[in-house]
Amino acid sequence: MTETPNPVAFTPERLAKVKEVIARYPEGRQKSALLPVLHIAQEQWGWVSSEVMDHVAEILSIEPVEVYEVATFYTMYHLDPVGKHVIEYCRTGPCCLMGGEEIYDYLKQKLGIQAGQTTADGLFTIKEVECLAACGWGPVFQIREKFYMNLTRERVDEIIEELSK
Amino acid sequence: MARKILTEHINVPGIETFEVYRKQGGYAAVEKAIKTMSSEEVVEEAKKSGIRGRGGAGFPMGMKWGFLAKPEGIPRYLVCNADESEPGTFKDHHLMKSIPHLLIEGMIVSSYALGANKSFIYVRGELMYVIRILEKAIEEAKANGFLGKNILGSGYDLELVVQPGGGAYICGEETALLESLEGKRGNPRNKPPFPAVKGLYQSPTVVNNVESIANMPWVINNGGDAYAAIGIGRSTGTKLISASGHIQKPGVYEIELGLSVDEFLNSDEYCGGIRKGHYLKALVAGGSSVPILPAHLITKTAAGEDRLMSYESLSDGGFATGTMLGSGGFIVFDETACIVRNTWNFSRFYHHESCGQCSPCREGTGWMEKVLHRIEHGHGSMHDIDLLVDVAKKIEGNTICPLGDAAAWPIASAIRHFREEFEWHINSPKEATQPGAVFMGAVLA
Repeated sequence: MTETPNPVAFTPERLAKVKEVIARYPEGRQKSALLPVLHIAQEQWGWVSSEVMDHVAEILSIEPVEVYEVATFYTMYHLDPVGKHVIEYCRTGPCCLMGGEEIYDYLKQKLGIQAGQTTADGLFTIKEVECLAACGWGPVFQIREKFYMNLTRERVDEIIEELSK
Repeated sequence: MARKILTEHINVPGIETFEVYRKQGGYAAVEKAIKTMSSEEVVEEAKKSGIRGRGGAGFPMGMKWGFLAKPEGIPRYLVCNADESEPGTFKDHHLMKSIPHLLIEGMIVSSYALGANKSFIYVRGELMYVIRILEKAIEEAKANGFLGKNILGSGYDLELVVQPGGGAYICGEETALLESLEGKRGNPRNKPPFPAVKGLYQSPTVVNNVESIANMPWVINNGGDAYAAIGIGRSTGTKLISASGHIQKPGVYEIELGLSVDEFLNSDEYCGGIRKGHYLKALVAGGSSVPILPAHLITKTAAGEDRLMSYESLSDGGFATGTMLGSGGFIVFDETACIVRNTWNFSRFYHHESCGQCSPCREGTGWMEKVLHRIEHGHGSMHDIDLLVDVAKKIEGNTICPLGDAAAWPIASAIRHFREEFEWHINSPKEATQPGAVFMGAVLA
């Protein structure tokens, strides 16, 4: 798990990206960059601590509370430390029709954790998500920027094995 | 084979690249619009096409464009709603990942029509890989002179920004989307003022769905009249249908509006029928928010005619015997599906996704989920059924945005058409809570 360093600072590459994002919006509307910048922050630290949120507020010249209220509203921002791989599992209706519940039970059993928990080795966290807009290709989960579709027990085994290396 | 407007080239290898897309005739609509048409003429073609918003509400797109306020000296914005999150709907996802330049081309043509110099594509944050695909496509279009300053030497400037959302169904509601784009919680705004007058940054703004905008290149190349000639009645053109559930071939299909539900469900060109050895029990035609219909109401309208895949035919008979085309999320249930469990599942979704701004929705969605949970798990009472109907009725129409309605309709319709199944759960809890147990009474009768 990644500890947030103190003082908080983006890497030079990420800071350049943050500045590029802020420049997309009209002058005085830099708050629009908040969601994208929180994504960049999460990419760097794995989760967004209050120190990170304060730093983001400073960069965007907005009040810290404006960052807190946004970060707590959207489910994609992790407000606590997470494992190396966050498995976002779709638990919604159409995926369930395609056998989603059974595969989900299998995944939890395999990793020995429940939704919201992280494995003891810090490798995997399971997070439930609502509808990943891939209903015809279900069951599905995603890990960071990668979608895994048409899941079966065998496929889950393969993926977990691959990511455990 | 039916005519294809959006998916004609979708399987061409390399179509996600500018080069291949261009070879297939891509960006011709931008050239035509910018070089030979005024922005008013482009708006006129959109009006003539009769295309209705493909996000679910079905409002005529040209008319929406016509409402855009145009005061001098104030910027105008086009925002593409790519926050697709309705259970059962995955067509925009398919379109953006497979043929991103179609959306980019549509955005350029539409932005030109509206006089917008900066436009946004708001994509749900879960689709980060799609965001990368779109960003790459934008870079390519820019490098080839179709975006940026002085497009094709016309003097028209356009900057296109892909905005990753934070993951919230509510951000598909246009005013919540604008709030989110301004870096706030996705709480819907009161209307009026409508976005056409005060939208993004209090400026005149049009918010359109991905599929709606992706139709524009074809409309410009072929004319609005040609588009209006496809389809049936006021349901013009083609529609992407996301098909999922217990069918032979789940996937995204482009149909001409007016195709019969029976043909869509059973022909090999589309869904290929119900899973082998099973039969149809129920169907949701337009995404999880629209009323569910039992098998006997799916292929015939209240008037006894064949039910068609169109805005009008699907809603024939109102909610008593009809439903809605919605976003085209076609979810099929065979006899192994438990309606109570599915209804509980959907109610969990709406409870989770309610922004919490309006009390009826914030409290009501949670209440409905709890009641459904206890019925599904064998602890319900007969009073609970009436309670659900009552709570659903009190949410419907009493919230700022339609999420309240969306949460209420699936529950109200499931009870309307499958009440016996709810009663069975309450009266025979031991049987009903067995793994995989499904009520067979009404189906076999």
